[in-house]
Amino acid sequence: MRGRLLLLAPAWGWLLLFVAAPAAILAAIALAESDPGVPPFRLALSATGFATLTEDTYYLDALLTALRVAATTAALCLLIAYPMAMGIARAAPRRRVILLALLMLPFWTGFLLRVGAWIGLLRDEGWINGMLQAAGLTDAPLTLLYTEGAMIAGMVHAYLPFAVLPLFAAFLRLDPSLGEAAADLGARPAIAFLTVTLPVTAPAAAAAFLLVFIPAAGEYVIPELMGPPEAQLVGRVLWQEFFQNRDWPVAAALALALLVLLLVPIRLFQRLEART
Amino acid sequence: MKPLLRAEALTKRFGGTLALDALDLEIAEGEFFALLGGSGSGKSTLLRIIAGFETPDSGRLLLDGHDIAATPPWARPVNMMFQSYALFPHMNVADNVAYGLRRAGVARADVTGRVASALAMVGLSGFERRKPHQLSGGQRQRVALARSLVMRPRLLLLDEPLGALDAGLRERTGFELRALQRETGAAFVMVTHDQEEALALADRVALLDGGRIAQVGAPRAIYERPASRFVARFLGAANVLEGRAMEGRFDSAEAGATFAGDIPAHTAAIALRPERIRVAVAAEGANTARGVVEDVAFRGDDSLVLVRLTGGATLRVAHAEEDGAPPMRGADVYLAWDAEAVVALPA
Repeated sequence: MRGRLLLLAPAWGWLLLFVAAPAAILAAIALAESDPGVPPFRLALSATGFATLTEDTYYLDALLTALRVAATTAALCLLIAYPMAMGIARAAPRRRVILLALLMLPFWTGFLLRVGAWIGLLRDEGWINGMLQAAGLTDAPLTLLYTEGAMIAGMVHAYLPFAVLPLFAAFLRLDPSLGEAAADLGARPAIAFLTVTLPVTAPAAAAAFLLVFIPAAGEYVIPELMGPPEAQLVGRVLWQEFFQNRDWPVAAALALALLVLLLVPIRLFQRLEART
Repeated sequence: MKPLLRAEALTKRFGGTLALDALDLEIAEGEFFALLGGSGSGKSTLLRIIAGFETPDSGRLLLDGHDIAATPPWARPVNMMFQSYALFPHMNVADNVAYGLRRAGVARADVTGRVASALAMVGLSGFERRKPHQLSGGQRQRVALARSLVMRPRLLLLDEPLGALDAGLRERTGFELRALQRETGAAFVMVTHDQEEALALADRVALLDGGRIAQVGAPRAIYERPASRFVARFLGAANVLEGRAMEGRFDSAEAGATFAGDIPAHTAAIALRPERIRVAVAAEGANTARGVVEDVAFRGDDSLVLVRLTGGATLRVAHAEEDGAPPMRGADVYLAWDAEAVVALPA
């Protein structure tokens, strides 16, 4: 009993310090009143922060846009990661190590450096436009950067490994004789995939989707550096409220709203897991 | 005997290893056939080629006279029970058993009836709604069996069917497998590494070694008349003694004994089963030997006695309980056996 407590203590300590305490602070700020000072709030029990969220559709739009962009990113990541993970898991063990290393390789360069590379590729005088014009395919540069497409491409690139890894683990665990049993019982490869492989790996696919969706929903850097200026995602709005408007109660309320919205799919996923 | 399946010069290589070496085999309609061998003998490769999961590099595989070597597994009238059972974890028992029927487009009403009778056959009625993870190992094995048998295959392949069961369940399940085989009339082809299992269950056994068939025949025939040293050693650990044949006798220096009996001129070695050797008071001449007891192990209805012979070889002797107390360790003993017990090995 004592040993168990000792083992669990670091985990509980971590949760208390880095999850529970910040959440409590955030809640306190969300209920505080805005005040021009340092810090820019006065502790209170006021609903002004939350009220502001509902008064203006601006905040709701920012939340919904962020969820839509995150869902698109997660769906695209899933679409790319699923065959990738299947291919890596089915490769010979030595090749598998190389393929996994290639997958993780971009992570060894800085995140901002990778975004910078994308900007270099996509901007008006960038590599892609340069090549298109040199080949005589276009006369004027195409607008590639600062579009929703650029933003989503950047996010898919950044989050792809989060989707590949859980799927890779699932394909590694998948008993290859399941597919053979399906074939043996008369299923052609496409049918065997749809009736056996896909449903058996579905929980891992859901996990992969969530592992991308959740961080992508709060993403700030990529929309800021690559996205269209008019796109107001919740991450950007949070930044503005905290650092430009210095309206901490509204910002904290918005952050809490995002947190609650993200708990819904997590909870759904857990119930799905428990059922299978 | 009408052959259902015929393999002609089947050859399969994996990289540099020869898994099957021009293997010929015939399996009759409705027989229980065992492919016996150690790891790397090619028995699993042969099973996977019959199922269609591997294609032979050369040779023919005839089912009812038609070459099926290039037919994909989903188009073969052959079903397999996998060693891991390979039950679909996201489906319940009934859906697992119905899977093949649904692929074959069997009418919905018929599916229900056939699933029910297949589950009744393996004694699992009432388990329809269970998921595989809610079943014991033995129950899973039965679901896998029902899932194959519901397809009414003329040829059922079983990959180590008793391998994952604990000892108590193996014997009973073995008898049940034989009963199911008689009931369905299908030919069963079982892969196993366990010689007792093969001898107990099968009508005929093929012992594989290095991608070739070392011997094929009825269990009793190959047990009593092994064709080579390998077969003699693999089937129940007979004593194999080296020496030279001359004039109807076989002189073994390592035994320090002469064997007499039915010994052809080309005999390469002699096999002598442990249970055919008895401890004698005194012995002289052919079919006797002298040695020192190295160790004695009690096994229930007999004791296994290890005797180091004067020639240096160690002989395994099964000493039956009804013959009295076994000799003590360190004792000098005389051994004797009958001429019929001497099996001449041509290779």
